[in-house]
Parts: sequence; structure tokens; C-alpha cells
Amino acid sequence: MTGRFVRLAETGRAELTIHVDGAPIRALAGDTLMVALLTAGTHLRASEFGDGRRAGFCLMGACQDCWVWTEDGERLRACSTQPVDGMRISTRQPEATWPNLA
Amino acid sequence: MAQPRVIVVGAGPAGTRCAETLVAAGLRPVVIDEGRRDGGQIYRRQPEGFTRPYRALYGTEAGRAAAVHETFDRLKEKIDYRPETLVWNIAGDEVHTVSGTTARSLAFDALILCTGATDRLMPVKGWHLAGAYSLGGAQVALKSQACSIGHRVVFLGSGPLLYLVASQYLKAGATVAAVLDTSPFSLRVGALPKLAAQPGVLWNGLMLALALKRAGVAVHTGVTPLEIEGTPEDGVTGVVFQDIRGRRHQVACDAAALGYHLRPETQLADLARCGFAFDERTRQWLPIRDEDGRSSVPGVYLAGDGAHILGARAAEDAGRLAALAALKDTGLPVDAGELARLRQGMAGYARFAQGLAEAFPWPAEQAARLPDDAIVCRCEAISAGELRRVVRDMDAREANRAKAFSRVGMGRCQGRYCGHAGAEVIAAAAGVPVREVGRLRGQAPVKPLPAAIEEETP
Repeated sequence: MTGRFVRLAETGRAELTIHVDGAPIRALAGDTLMVALLTAGTHLRASEFGDGRRAGFCLMGACQDCWVWTEDGERLRACSTQPVDGMRISTRQPEATWPNLA
Repeated sequence: MAQPRVIVVGAGPAGTRCAETLVAAGLRPVVIDEGRRDGGQIYRRQPEGFTRPYRALYGTEAGRAAAVHETFDRLKEKIDYRPETLVWNIAGDEVHTVSGTTARSLAFDALILCTGATDRLMPVKGWHLAGAYSLGGAQVALKSQACSIGHRVVFLGSGPLLYLVASQYLKAGATVAAVLDTSPFSLRVGALPKLAAQPGVLWNGLMLALALKRAGVAVHTGVTPLEIEGTPEDGVTGVVFQDIRGRRHQVACDAAALGYHLRPETQLADLARCGFAFDERTRQWLPIRDEDGRSSVPGVYLAGDGAHILGARAAEDAGRLAALAALKDTGLPVDAGELARLRQGMAGYARFAQGLAEAFPWPAEQAARLPDDAIVCRCEAISAGELRRVVRDMDAREANRAKAFSRVGMGRCQGRYCGHAGAEVIAAAAGVPVREVGRLRGQAPVKPLPAAIEEETP
């Protein structure tokens, strides 16, 4: 499986390139960052509570499951952020994480 | 005389019609919306440069969606429109907003909350895995981005949106692995007299279900969801459920869309100190409002699915009604005939919504059956067993107390997706009616804010 999301239409848009964890991926103008990442890969981040990878949930800015980061450490909500050509994204949380001790 | 300062929050069907009515009365309202474009969620607009026609995006509701969008386009010069702006708090007669990293405060004489809805979720074991999405989220992926959430998608939940989104996926060329509805078909027959209050909508719903069956999609009603299978690394690999006759099935898939109707986004009404009442039929707390949308707080009005789930058609009229109520209360003239016509229409929408609640009930009993190792809070991976433990060991029978001890409802979604089910888990564990568990209090900021915010000084 190359990507999680499947493009069904609107594929004739201009292309742009962004970098995810250092590797280039192709996005289309008008994509959300979430769609760009999940058509090229399968997840957005790892849960900070140790239960595995996450790929977003609500797609409408309510659940906050789709956080990713710029290489400068700025937090972005992938479902409501548009990629810009040359953008450099990290799927690894820059802050310390902790295990769920419960 | 200075014009009353009216703020409308939300630019979906309710907010658009509300603003239109205010503009027609000669006002210039502020319209604040989180979206990049107007339309809200149900009539969400695709990005510039996309070419699919309205019929492909909105189906039978294409005409209504186009009309709402055209109205908003015409209004833009006559309102103070603030897109991509979050109202994160309400204190006294001021709303606090943030747009990008700029914070502002705005005073109001009347505040009309048209905040819309999000999916109502019942957890199932494995719903935290990558590839599990809310049903509304699955629809946003298609409508706004022309994408399917996976290569093989299972739709699991209940309510009309389940069939709508599954059929939209099918039509768009996605692979629908199954539609699994927790409501038994028999309830739909019993609810027919109420559903007949909106014959057109009822007909559209029947056609959707028929189209799915004709396409050979497996549609099961009266199911009990057992587990979303998968691995922490690769996400969803299948859905396991029990059919109405008690037989166990497994459907292979890499994505699951989950939803049980919608729930209103009531955090701002809560922060504005509006009163709430428990709705027995849908087992949830809803903000109190009169027939025109007045909340229990003078000057604060509620319209659309953000107050009470009645659907997009009703939201348009509720937006108009709330605007008329605000105009009337500020001493401006309103058309009594228009008011009477709108009120009468709302009664029909309410009857239809009652029918839907009876036909596709919230499966409260599933919360009691959730295995202890199933996650209730996706944000912080907190299990049903842990929530039950704080009920048992700490005597936490009230929603906010249980939240304080277990952290269920304290994570990044702020209880939007676990709150209702969490209350049912607590109620079942404590052996009390869910009403007695209460509701999670809204907290500011209603969504996480960036760390670097600058207050704009006028």
C-alpha cells in the first residue's frame, strides 16, 4: 500500500513538492496537507501515548488528531493547512513524549 | 441611532441565512467562520481550481447548496466577514477570536451562534487505529478533496448520513466493502409516520439504500460492532461484527467510517452561560432555546445544527428565525407573516428529526458492552476499564469528576468524540440514568491555540 487515501477525481491540478521527514513527496495545488501526506504515505504522526500511528480522524478541525510539525517546530493541523511548494514537514513531535502509565 | 452590533458565528446554511436576514434589515453583521471558505460542513465548498459540478458534490441537495453559496457571495460586501477565524472564548458581551497568530476581542449587542455539528461517536475496540475516521470526515475527504479515505471502506454506525456517504463513495468510484447499521430495519417501519413529515427527504433516503443494494454492496442492519482489527503500525485491516441473528462476520478493509448521527457543537453556548436541558429521546444535553432560537441568556441566540440536529434544510430557516428574533429584541421591525411561516416549518422538521431518532437510535447499550481494553478516549488512549475503575474506586459518577480522575474528555478533542459515550460508560458502571452523569463543561479555549499569539490593539 503506497498511500492510505485514494484520489478519485480532480487529478489534473498543478503539482508541487513538499518534504516529509526529509523525503520529497508530490502534492497537488488545492490539497490539504493531510491529503498530500496520506496519498503518499499511511500515517501523520505517532500517538504520544504509545498506542501506535495516527492518520487523523474528523477532517474538520475538531479532533486535533492530525497534528504534524514544520522542521522549525511549528505545529500544524494537517486537515486545515494547505501545503506550499518546498514546505518541510516532520511527522515526529518535537516535544518530549511520555508513555501512558495507566 | 447607532446600529446594534450583531455577531454571527458560523457561515454554513444557518449562518448564511441569518446574515442575509440581518443585511435585509439594514444591518452590517460581523460573520466569523473557522473555514477557509463559506458553506460550513454539509455545503462545504471545494477548493478553487476544482471542477466537479454541484450535482456531483451535493446530489439531491445541489440546488440548495448552490443557493446558499450564491447568497453568501452576494453578502460578502455587505457584511464584516472574517474567515479562518476561531472564536475561542466568550466572556460577558465580548467574543475572543484568533486568526493565524492575531487575537482580537469584539463586543456585541446580539450574538447568534450557528456553530454546526460534528459526528456523534460510539467507541468500538480498535477505533483509535490509523484508517478509522469519522463519517463526516469521510465525506469531507470526498467532497472537499476528491479522495476516498481508503482502498476498501466499511461504513459503520447508524443514521441517514451512513447511507448518504456510502452511496456518495460508491458513485465517485470508491470501493465500499460494507455498510453496517446498528439499527434494526423494523424501527424504520415504526418511524414512518413521523418520517413522512418530509416526504422528499424520506424518498431520497430510500433511493440511496436501494442504490447501494443494487450495486451489490453488503448492507447489514441491526448489527453489533465487535472490533476494528488492525495493527498499531499499519492501521485498520478489517471490521468484525455480529449480525442480527448473532452470527459473527469479518469484513476486510483498510478504512472504516464511523458515525451515529451528529452532535451539536455547543461549547460556545456553554461559555456564553446558556442553560442546557437533557433530551431523553437522543440521550444528550442540548442548549435551551425558544421556538425562535433565543437561548436562556438575553442577547444570545442559537440556530441550526449547533443547537439541535434538524438538518441543513431546517438550519436555513432556523438562521432566519434567530435573526428575526435578534432584530425584534433590539427594537427593529420584523415581518410577522414571515415569522409565522418559519415557525410552522420548524415544527415539520422537528417531527422528522424525531422519526430519525426513533428509526436510527443512539446505541447506548454498546457502551456498557465495551470490553475493558477498548479505548474510549482516542486522544490519550484511555480504556473503558480505566474509566470504569474511577467510577468504582473513586466514586466518580459525575462526568466532570470522572474526567478529572481518568482524563477521558481532557485530551486534544476536549471530549467532542468521547464525551457522549463516556457518559454512557459511567452511567452503566454506576447503575444510574445517563442524565444523572451530567455533561462535560465547555472550556476555553474551545480548541488549542498556537503558543505565539499577539493581541491586536485597536
